[in-house]
This record gives sequence, structure tokens and C-alpha cells, in this order.
Amino acid sequence: MSLKIGVPSKGRLMEKTFDWFGARGVTMQRTGAEREYSGAVEGIEGVELVMLSAGEIPRELAAGRIHLGVTGSDLVRDKLADWNKQVAELAPLGFGHADLILAVPACWIDVDTLDDLDGAAAAFRARHGFRLRIATKYHRLVRDFLTENGIADYQLVDSQGATEGTVKNLTAEAIADITSTGETLRANHLKILNDAVIHRSQATLFLARKADWGTAEQATLAALAARLGISAPQVSG
Amino acid sequence: MTISPAARAEAAALFAAFRAAGAAAVEADILQPAGTLLDLYGEDIRARAYVTQDPLRGEMVLRPDFTVPVVQAHMAGGAEPARYTYMGEVFRKQDHLGPRANEYLQVGFEVFDRNAPEADAEVFAIFAGLLAPLGLRALTGDIGILLAAIEGLSTTDRRKAALRRHVWRPRRFRALLDRFTGRAPMSEGRARLLDHLKTDTPEALMDAAGPQIGLRSAEDIADRARALIEDAEAAPISAPEAAVLYDLLGLAAPADHALHHLRGIQPLMPAIAPAVDRFEARLRALQSRGIDTATLPFAASHGRTTLEYYDGFVFTFHRDGSGAVDAAEPPIASGGRYDALTAILGAGRSIPAVGGIIRPALVAELKGA
Repeated sequence: MSLKIGVPSKGRLMEKTFDWFGARGVTMQRTGAEREYSGAVEGIEGVELVMLSAGEIPRELAAGRIHLGVTGSDLVRDKLADWNKQVAELAPLGFGHADLILAVPACWIDVDTLDDLDGAAAAFRARHGFRLRIATKYHRLVRDFLTENGIADYQLVDSQGATEGTVKNLTAEAIADITSTGETLRANHLKILNDAVIHRSQATLFLARKADWGTAEQATLAALAARLGISAPQVSG
Repeated sequence: MTISPAARAEAAALFAAFRAAGAAAVEADILQPAGTLLDLYGEDIRARAYVTQDPLRGEMVLRPDFTVPVVQAHMAGGAEPARYTYMGEVFRKQDHLGPRANEYLQVGFEVFDRNAPEADAEVFAIFAGLLAPLGLRALTGDIGILLAAIEGLSTTDRRKAALRRHVWRPRRFRALLDRFTGRAPMSEGRARLLDHLKTDTPEALMDAAGPQIGLRSAEDIADRARALIEDAEAAPISAPEAAVLYDLLGLAAPADHALHHLRGIQPLMPAIAPAVDRFEARLRALQSRGIDTATLPFAASHGRTTLEYYDGFVFTFHRDGSGAVDAAEPPIASGGRYDALTAILGAGRSIPAVGGIIRPALVAELKGA
């Protein structure tokens, strides 16, 4: 059996992942026809490349169908309960930076912080008869963060895209989303709360604790870790 | 996790005992409409209950507990006073790997009766009696005393409402209290915000900040901006009153001793007197049912981290370990008074209610050990 490593199948995330491994003497490339999702690894024996959607990599890691995987640290934390018992973080890769933040309309002159959001939510619910809606696709991360900070009288509404537009479209009062420069937020007349960075995400190499770690895979992991200059945790077969 | 035959047998025995105590058996659907529960508990319930979609009935949840459907059934047609018992599976998502079950049996007993101290004592005593052979440790509390102390503060209604709203979130409650009593300095962020809000009218500041978008109206925003300025000018909660609240938060003692202590601090905040009277009446009622209140553990903050519907007497029964209660292990039994919940579900009509549940699987496990 070979050691399977899942990497994003397209776009900048794929290119940067290939660059990161390439700089450390492990060459990854796509093979076959232009639109075919298959790849190969050179420079180390026994490693198989699995091209996957970045959003599916957490699930594949949790199921142990891949041994290693590259995806955003936000996705792993959001999609996996008890994420650090299911996977281990081997190395932050230094790209794909994005912050998961809370944002409210810029015209909310009375709201700068989480504390204000909580106060605004209480007043909103009393006046409008329902809980203040926060649009997001990061349900677990956002809910855990708001619970930890004791925020009440809100509800999460699911938004899988164009989240910044939900406030103007009257389907949410506030949003929790990923941003790197904040430009889209400003263009949609939103401002970031001062104290509500929920998670600073970046592309990260993860190890699946539940994968089949036979002697061969353990040896390959040790060789790969040495090549990449990282330390790998003890895994058991 | 499969429910064991031993747990089913234990459930049946407890159910029979509650019926023998005068309770009518009630059933509740396993699939419950999500709307009521989501509105009551918010996102907490989404994290804890299995929410699913029905093509005709919309969002549904797998029954996370019986209390809400039993209250609804009683409100719809039950006569007073009433005693109910139920037995069945409940479903709770577990967000951590570990032994906690996500599907288990509950057997419950609920009393709808306007004689509150007697009903509290009746429920506790029947639970204590049924669980007596297991040598469990009981813990009791009374959220009503804390709520009465908040009501009794000589401060703005807005501050009282903020404290009342966060009684069930102890960390946030503490932060608010520290701010309102002047123990914690105003945060830099709030100071900056207030400085900005004082530079012009809310309307002018909103115009400068950006276009009006979303359902939260200019009026909502301006009202809160003015409220923030008003609040900053309000005097801090006085030192003696603050002392009473901080004292209450930390009060943990055997029940009789706690009563003595509460009578001692009562002159500092006379508004808690009716709540302390109720506490005393409950202790008398417990004594008359054979409960030793000289040793019964009491903590004024007990029950503040559970679902926010208990607003008076609360109790739990735990495996008697040496040392503190293991947070990872659920109580064998728990319950309390939830008058406010009946008021919300009754749309104006309310009836005092108290009840609790036992987890028969844990009882069976203890008996087997």
C-alpha cells in the first residue's frame, strides 16, 4: 500500500501546494488529459497523489481514506467535530491566508465589538420578534465562538456563497465569512467587528489519525517528513 | 448506542413508580417541529439536537427532551393540578468523541401545581426516594434567588434586563456585573465608541458611515446609540448591593446553613426576602418529607450552565465520587422549576411547573456495578 496524500484539485491552492512541496524536493504534477483529475509524485517512493476538492479533504481525512491532506485550517475546524482528535496538524504551509470574521453594516454606528453585537441582538429580537440572523457557511466555528463569548439572541442562517450580499437582500442582519483584504466587505457596506476574528486560516498539511498506518506507510511518512523538514507524530497501524 | 434490556427494565420500573405516585402517563412524538425549540433555545439546540427536513412539515427535530411537548399538551387541555410521567428515547448530538450517548432513555415526572414549595419538595423527595439505594450525591440550587437579587438592584431597568438575560451565561454575567459595579474599567473600545457617538447626532453619524442596509433600522441604531450614552452616565451599582450579588454567586453550603446566611444578607437587599421566604418554605416542605436539609448541598449558582429554562429550584443527582462533580459525566437525574417556560409556551397563560428526569441506563449501570 502507498501513502495517499490529498491535495486541492485546481486553482491557486493547487499551484501553491505543488510549489511548497517542489521547493522541498517533492515534485507533484497533474497527469493525463488537461481536465483529468489525476496526479503523480516524484522524488519520493510510495506516495500517491489524490486530487480532491479542498472542501472534501477534511471528510476524507476523518474517514482515513487518505493519509495526509492539504486544505484550509478553517475547513478542518468547521467540518470535523473534535478535529484535533481526528487529524494532526503537520505543518502550516504559509499561503491561502484568510480570516474568518464577523461583519455588520457600516451604518451600525453603535456596534464595534462582540459586546455591542450582543446588545444589538437583544434589542433586535425584542423589537422584530425573531433572533438576529447571521449568515455563514462556517456553522460550527461561528457557533462555538459565539457560545464561548456568551452571545445570545442570534441565529445562524446558511449561506454558501455571496454571503456579503445577504444583509442588503434582507436575509440576514450580519455575516460571518472569510476575508483576506476586506475589499468585498467594504464594497457591500459592511465593517468588521474589532474583536471578532474567529479563526486565522491558512493552507495546512494534515495527517489522518484513522488512516491505515502499516509499516510501509509509517516508513514512507518518516522519509517524507525528513524530506519536508517537519516532524510527524507517532501513528499506529 | 443500543439501549440495553437492563435500561429498558429500569425505565419501566421507574415509570411504574411515578404512576404509583399519581402521575398520568403521557406520550410525545419523536419528531417535533423545530420552530418552537429553536426560538426558545436558539443555536444551542441546533448544536445539540438532530435537525432534519420534512417535505410537508418543514424543519423537524428528533425529540431532545420531553419537557416542551409535555407542557404544550398540558396547556392544550390538561386540568390543574396535574402530574405526568413519560418514558422514551431522547436524542442529543455529541460534539466530542467519547462515551456520552447520543440516544438514550429518559423517564420523567412533571408537576403542574400552584402550591410551589410543596410541589418542589414533592418532586425532589420522590426522586431522592427512588434513587436512595444507589447512594448518589444530590446538589440543589435556586435560580429564583439570583433573579430576585437582580430585580432588587437600584439601577436602570436596562442594566437589570442585561443581567437577567445573561444569568445562564456565567462568564458574560460576571463581565457585565463587573462593568455595572465599576469593578472593571470601561473597555478602550467602548470609550472610543462613546467618544465618537458624542461628536454628532446618531442620524448624522449614520449618514457619514454608509448607506442604510438591512432590516435593523436607523431608528433601532439611533435608539441603541442613545442608550449607550445614557448607560455610560448611569451611576455604578452601589457597593453593598454589589457585595450581595457577588456573595450570592459564590454561595455554596448545606441548605440550612445557606438559609441562615441568606437571612443574614437580606437586610442589605430587602428585595430578595420573598425569594428567601420561598426557599425557607421549600426547606420546611422537604423536611416534612424526610429530607435532611442540614446536610443537603445547596449552591446559589447551581443550574446556571444548563439549558436556560429553569428559573427557580434546581436539582441534580450524581454518582458519589470523592471530590468534585465530573463535568464529563452527565447527572443520573436532574430537574427543576420552569415557570417562565410555561408562560412563553402558554402565550400569556402560565402555570407553575416543576419536574425532572432520570436516566435509567445510568441507574442500571450503577446497580450492575
